[in-house]
Formats: sequence, C-alpha cells, structure tokens
Amino acid sequence: MSNRPALPAGLRLDARKTASLQCPLRTAPAPRIAVLAIDQGSGEAAEPIVTVGTRVGIGTPIARAASNAATDLHSPIAGVVVEIATRSTVAGVGRCILIENDATDARDPALAPVDWRALDGVTLLDCLRKAGIAGLGGAAFPAAGKLALARANAVAHLVLNGAECEPWICCDDALMRERAADVVLGGQVMLAASGATRCTIAIEDDKPEAIAAITAAIAAEQDDRVELVELPALYPLGAERQLIEAITGREVPHDALPPTIGVVCQNVGTAAAVARFVGTGEPLVSRIVTVTGSGVACPGNLEVRIGTPIADLVAACGGYQGDPARLIVGGAMTGRSLTSDLVPTTKGVNCIFAATLADLAVRDPEMPCIRCGDCATACPARLLPQQLHRAALADDRDALARLGLADCIECGCCDYVCPSQIPLTARFHAARLRMQLHDAERRRATEARERFERHERRLAEQAAAERLAFEDARRRARGAGPP
Amino acid sequence: MPAMKFRVAAPPHVIAGFTVPRVMFQVLLALVPFAVVHVWLFGPALLLQLGVAAVTALGCEALALRLRGRPMPQFLRDGSVLVTAALLAVSVPPLLPWWLTAFGTAVAVLLGKHAYGGLGQNPFNPAMVGYAVLLVSFPVEMTRWPVPGPEWDAVSGATALDALRTGLAQSYTMQEILADPAFGRVGAAGGEWLNLAALLGGTYLLLRRVIRWQIPLAMLAGLALPAALMHAIDPGAYAGALFHLASGATMLGAFFIATDPVSAATSDRGRLYFGAGIGVLTWIIRSWGGYPDGVAFAVLLMNLAVPLLDRYTVPRIHGHRGR
Amino acid sequence: MSVTTLLPAVGLAAGLAATIGAALGWAASRLRPDAGSLVEQIDALLPQTQCGQCRYPGCRPYAEAIASGTADIDRCPPGGEATVRSLAALLGRAPIPVDPQFGPTKPRQVAVIDEERCIGCALCLPACPVDAIVGAPRFMHTVIEAQCTGCELCLPPCPVDCIELRLTADLPG
Repeated sequence: MSNRPALPAGLRLDARKTASLQCPLRTAPAPRIAVLAIDQGSGEAAEPIVTVGTRVGIGTPIARAASNAATDLHSPIAGVVVEIATRSTVAGVGRCILIENDATDARDPALAPVDWRALDGVTLLDCLRKAGIAGLGGAAFPAAGKLALARANAVAHLVLNGAECEPWICCDDALMRERAADVVLGGQVMLAASGATRCTIAIEDDKPEAIAAITAAIAAEQDDRVELVELPALYPLGAERQLIEAITGREVPHDALPPTIGVVCQNVGTAAAVARFVGTGEPLVSRIVTVTGSGVACPGNLEVRIGTPIADLVAACGGYQGDPARLIVGGAMTGRSLTSDLVPTTKGVNCIFAATLADLAVRDPEMPCIRCGDCATACPARLLPQQLHRAALADDRDALARLGLADCIECGCCDYVCPSQIPLTARFHAARLRMQLHDAERRRATEARERFERHERRLAEQAAAERLAFEDARRRARGAGPP
Repeated sequence: MPAMKFRVAAPPHVIAGFTVPRVMFQVLLALVPFAVVHVWLFGPALLLQLGVAAVTALGCEALALRLRGRPMPQFLRDGSVLVTAALLAVSVPPLLPWWLTAFGTAVAVLLGKHAYGGLGQNPFNPAMVGYAVLLVSFPVEMTRWPVPGPEWDAVSGATALDALRTGLAQSYTMQEILADPAFGRVGAAGGEWLNLAALLGGTYLLLRRVIRWQIPLAMLAGLALPAALMHAIDPGAYAGALFHLASGATMLGAFFIATDPVSAATSDRGRLYFGAGIGVLTWIIRSWGGYPDGVAFAVLLMNLAVPLLDRYTVPRIHGHRGR
Repeated sequence: MSVTTLLPAVGLAAGLAATIGAALGWAASRLRPDAGSLVEQIDALLPQTQCGQCRYPGCRPYAEAIASGTADIDRCPPGGEATVRSLAALLGRAPIPVDPQFGPTKPRQVAVIDEERCIGCALCLPACPVDAIVGAPRFMHTVIEAQCTGCELCLPPCPVDCIELRLTADLPG
C-alpha cells in the first residue's frame, strides 16, 4: 500500500453498487444473432474480411483494423455470417457484421496460447494488436496502440485503473474479486509489451473485497514490480488524467498524452482480457458488463459476448421490473441514454443501467446562474463552469477557448452540484461541437487562402518570366546581344 | 416480446438536488440569531421592519416579473428577494419610518436587481444598493439609532462608531472616547453581541457549505490588519482590530452581505482579493471617511471591481502550465 | 448660491470637459487601429472561396472594400449568415441578410469532373483559384476534393460541361 499524493477536486457520490454485487459473476447466454459493429466506438473503421456465408468459430477474425486507432474484430460465437448491413449500435449507426449462432459454441481451431515470456516486446505488441484487445474502460481505444506509444516514449510506469468511480458501475469490482490473478498476469504481460518497469493497480477504498483479492494475487506472484494503491472514493478519480495526477502527483499536459510524462494507463478489464488471450489464445470476444438499476429484477454482473442485444442481457437478469424510465449505457454521471434495448453491445459497453424514476434525479426547471461557484469547486479539471456557461450562452468562442472548454472532460460534476439545475454538461458538449465545426471551417478557409496566394504568386512569376523572355528575344532580334 | 421504448436525456442522470430556495432558506435561518439579539437590544421594531421589507420585496418582485414576462411562481418561490429584504431590514435603524424601509426595499429589488436582468444578473449587492440610496437620501433618519439595552425608551443616541468618529474629529484620544457609554468591553455596547450573533450564523453557513471561507476570512483580515497596524502606530487616533471586528456591521457584512454570490468574484483567488478589498475599504471609510460605517459602500465599490478580478484571476486549468 | 460660487464650478467642469474631449479626439485620430490589421481581421472571417460572387476579384479585395466602407457586409453567399454575423460582430454593426443579387447561399459543395466526358482540354486548370484541379492537356483531369472550395469558376470554361457540383454529404467515403 502506498501513500496518496495531492488529489484533484471530486465528489463523494452514492455508489449504488451493492445490489449488483450480491451474486457472483454469471455468464450471459450467447446471442442468437451477434451484431458486431465494425466501428466499435473509436470512430475509426475496420475492413470486414468475411463475406455472407462464411463459417466462423469463436475467435475467428472477421474484420481488420484499417488504421492504428481501430481494433481487429473477432467473432464471439460459432456460426455463419448472415448479413453485413447498416444497423444501430451503441456507437451510433454504422456497418455491422451479423452472425447467426449455430449452437455448437466451437472455438476457432487456430487459437493457441501465447508463450509471452519468450517473445520480445514488439512481437508481443503485434500479438495483442491481432487479438483485438481494446480499452475496456469505455473508450475502446486499441490497447496495443497505447502500449506501443508507451514503448516509443520509454514509459516506465504502467497504471491499471481499477478505480471505477462512477455510481452503479461495478464490473471492474466483480472482475477483481473473482479474477484477480488474471488482472495481475495481464499487468505483467503489459509490462513486457510496453517496456515499463513498474505497475500500479489503483483501486478506490470502497472496494475492500477487490483490494484483498488483488493484494493476495500480487503476493502470490511475488513480483515486486506490481503494487496496489488505494485511492479515496471520489468521483471522477477514475478519469485517466485525474487518476495519473492522484498516483504520480504530476499533471498530464493538456495538449499531450500520458506517455509524454512517463505513464501509461489501462483498465483492469483490459489487463484481464490480455491474460485470457495469452493463456488460451482467445481474442477479445467477451467482457464483463454490469446490468443494474431498479428497473431490472436481479441486477448483477455478467460475462457477455460482444454483440449481444441489450434486451437479452436484461432478460438474463430476470427482465424488467417496475417502470424503467431510462435505459442508460454507462453509469449515472456520463452514461448515454438509449431509445431502444435492441441495440447490441460493443467492446466499450461496461454497464447497462435500467433506471426507474427513483434512481434518477428529476430536475427542477432551470433557473439563472446565481454565481455560487460550487461548480468551480467541484470541477476536476479546475475550470470555471459558470464563466464557461456565460460564454456558451453568448457563443463567445474566444472566451470559451480562453476558459478551457477543450479541457472539459464532461464528467457531470458541475451539473451535480448546481443549485440552479442548469444542464451545464449538455451545454458544454453542444458548445464543443459547435467550436469543432467552426475550427474545421476556419482551417479549411485558411488552407484555401494559402493555396490561392500560391496560385497568384505562380501566375505573377510566370508573367514575369514571360516578360523577361520577350524582352530578351526582342533584344537579340535587334542584334544588341545580352545586357 | 415487444421492444421496450425509452425516453432519452443527457447525462448526468443524477444530481445532488441542491436548489436555490434551499440556499436562500439556509441564509435566512442563519440570520435568526442576529435577529434575536437585535430584538433583545432594540425592541420588537425589527419584526415590523422585516414584515414591511418582505411584503414590499415580494410585491416589487411580482411586479417586475409580470413586466418582464417571466414565470412568476418559480421565481417568487426562490426566496432570493426575501434574503435581500431581510438583510436590508436588519441593516437599517429599527425605528426607521416604515415607508422609508419600503422605499429602500423597492429600490433594492427594482433598481438593484431587476433593472439588471433579475436573478443572477445584478452586478451590485441589491440590499446594499437600497441601503446606500437610503443613507445618502435620508442621512438623518438613517443614523438615528436607539440606545441599546433592555429598556426600550431612549430613541436617539449615537452609535459607537458614530461616537468614535465625532470624538476623533474633536481630537479626543481613544481612551477618552472609549469611556463613553456607547462602548462595551470590546466594541460597541450592543454591537458586540450583534456581531457575535452574526458570527454564529456565519459559522453555521460555513459548516453547511452555503458560503465559502475565502470572502469572510479575507474581509475580516482586510479590516483587522490595517486597524491593528495603525492602532500600533498611533493608538490615540485609531481604534484597534478587535474593536473594528466587533462593531458596526462587520460580521453581518463578512458572512451575509459580502458573500452574496451574484455580485461577488468567481474564482477563489478573486474572492480573496474581493473580501480583502472590502475589509480595507471599510476600515478606510470608518477611519477617514465621512460615514460612520463603511461596509455598504465598501461592498458596492468592490462590486465594481468584480469583472476585473474575474478576468485576471482565472485559475490554472488542469494540464496547463502557468497562466 | 450666488454667481460668484457658481462661476468657478461651471468653469472647472467646462474646462475638464474640453480637455478630456480634446484628448479623446486626438486619441481617436492618432491611435486608430491600423487599417491594415482591420483588413486582415475581416479577411480572416471570409470563407476564402475566391469565387468572385461579391463582384470583387477574390476575398482579400472584398475585405479591403469592407474596411474602407466601399462595400457592405452582405455580399458573400458562400459565407452565408454565419459570415455576416461574425463580420457584424467585428465591425459593431447589426447583421443583415445576404443580398440575393449576389447569389444564393448554398451548402458546402465540391466540383466533381465526370471522367467519362472529360476531353482533357485543360481549360479548367487555370480557372481554379486554388489550383485544386490536377491534370495536363490530353491527360485526365480531376478535382482534389479536399482542396475544392466550391467556387464554381471551373464550370464556365469547360466546353463539354463535364463538371458538376455535389454536396459534400453525398460523396462516398
């Protein structure tokens, strides 16, 4: 156990995780038709490498990443590809590969465990890339890409994020309680892949069982490179930059990534997925998802195949109960609200929250800002939300940039404390989109102007060259010789 | 099974549930000790003042909301105008003619708040706007305080700060001035109890996190430090720090008036400067100015400086190097 | 109050007013923001389409006209309402609608050459103000989509009308 350096601001929230942690981890039934979004949430596409009619087993690759920001995709079930079509997913509307389950649950015979200790770091990274391991903390960014960046920056410190600060989400807690050894092994593999020399597993202090399990797992491994750090249960201490500040005491510069200060951060779920891959050869095809809320009969944590419709998961937890008012993917503070439960899960879905009105806060009508400053006290990015709000209402782009709108992590802390019930997070999100559009427009216009100026210069030079040539020819025609 | 349909909403999906009426109610609650001591010292006239001010304030607010076309029930219930009325009522002399209190409240609500756009938009503290207008327009009535004490007979007497100012102007030394019955052990005769009650209420607000510590602490420091310094240099001509802290509207100003969030600075550092400025200006006006108590004008002057303070005290954002 | 007490007060006030007024007038003429920088600021708000719909040969000449007061801010259809608003904010005026005589405001579009019909005459190459068309005589011409500003200046020179404008949203990819 290490001591804790200075902490950023945060809120103590009601965790609401007990109900979902009462039962041990269950496995959700495999879906009848798995719907795999080709864009798993990172915004970058992959290319399908199967066609309609291809037979696949669990773990068969079905799409290759087209850029460094996308991950390879693998089939979570055994069956036949029935369709490649546009469908609605959690990540939006996009192209999906639909696979029909043939109930054999057969694994792809090509899968084999990886002797990771025998591989060098770069080869290990390549294996992880091909295994489609994505950040399971929600962003679904390729883990191999992050670790490669860490290697390129000679990062020494790997942080495994087990903080899980957001209310209602407890999939990482369940994972750490029951598969602590996997988390530690995954950490060791990531150390080898990234070249880091120190691994810190960060857990909030409201998870004593998880802390005990991880401590035991670290002791069993007898690897003194791996340590556990307890953090206070503050939201949003699990946000990457805030977590790094809490553990190392250093802030990641706003215009750079964590590897530039020698730290790389991964979710504990990602580490467990890495461990499963090296142990069995199985790429990322399933993950733990919390299904919770007062609108679910038996909330709990499930091992879920990627691409399972959310309705199936709720049914696996006893179905709906009461009158669920909102279906949220994610937690209470940053979760996205869905219209329908037929949407399939992606690699980044960590929690399905079927909320009744009792779980939610009904807001009063919005009042004007009374400048109380509670939002600034709560902001983990040390912004001034009330000033940002004024600037957002006035659409004053200069002020928004100066006040740091780009640094807002949209955690919802300011909304939470505002006595005037102003929907600050939504306003800032809209303002950021407007600013991004405007910035893109201005960039285009500036490039067009530069090209135009080059065009004019070229024409002027051509005209000057022609004039010189003409005078030269005239001189020679008069027999005067060069000047 | 038919598909479930859900309504959508933007995150966050939970909030703390703090509301403006709750904040305002806490402030009113914290004023109760002050009001009780006030009534004990000066008689029940305060209750009449509070009543007049509250009724006028609600009436003016309703009128202004109707004229501006804003939703009346929501804004009338938010309690902010009651806080303005209460602060004004406890600041004016208890025997002020009721129509002057009503006039001052009307000025505070209509001119000090709604002329600028209503809740959250006023650059000046509305109660102090009303008080300042009354003080400047009706100086005699506004400085006629009864003698504090359990016998509510004597109508006219100088307040301690008043006695201090006139005494110094007449070149009496501090020791001679302090012998005047207007003074108690520490500060003004009744005033020290009033300040203690306000301190009590203020501490309650601090503990309940309704106000933050920057403004009160800075104001009290800004008042006490120059006072202590000048008192050390020339004890005969300047009152000491404890006297200033225990006299006049010091504690009321520090915890209730200067902390009005709408007209105060935004950032923590800005609030420190804001509070310190109020404290120093109060001391200057008390020691060298033309009015016995300077809190109202000090607050209004620092309200003027708030946009500047906000502009130049933006805190360093996480991940940015120095601003 | 007698005249003897009034006169000095009035005189002092009048003198102060005159002095401060003179100082402000001097500042207005001597410390005027550089006209050049105003043109830069206006030019920075224009969409840089270089289409000439404003009847000026490019965005920069139009910016100079606005700065000198020769032209009003409602002449830029590609910039549309957003540009008018930002110009109005910069110059402290009220925004006005884009004058339809200078052209309709269209959504963002790019020129696309139909390669089946292109004859390789190279007449469109010099017409493009940002050199977004690549090609050579007798070789296929094509528009670089990312660099096309949608100014439509390449349409008139084409003898076979093989260039059409498409909304960026409709293009694949």
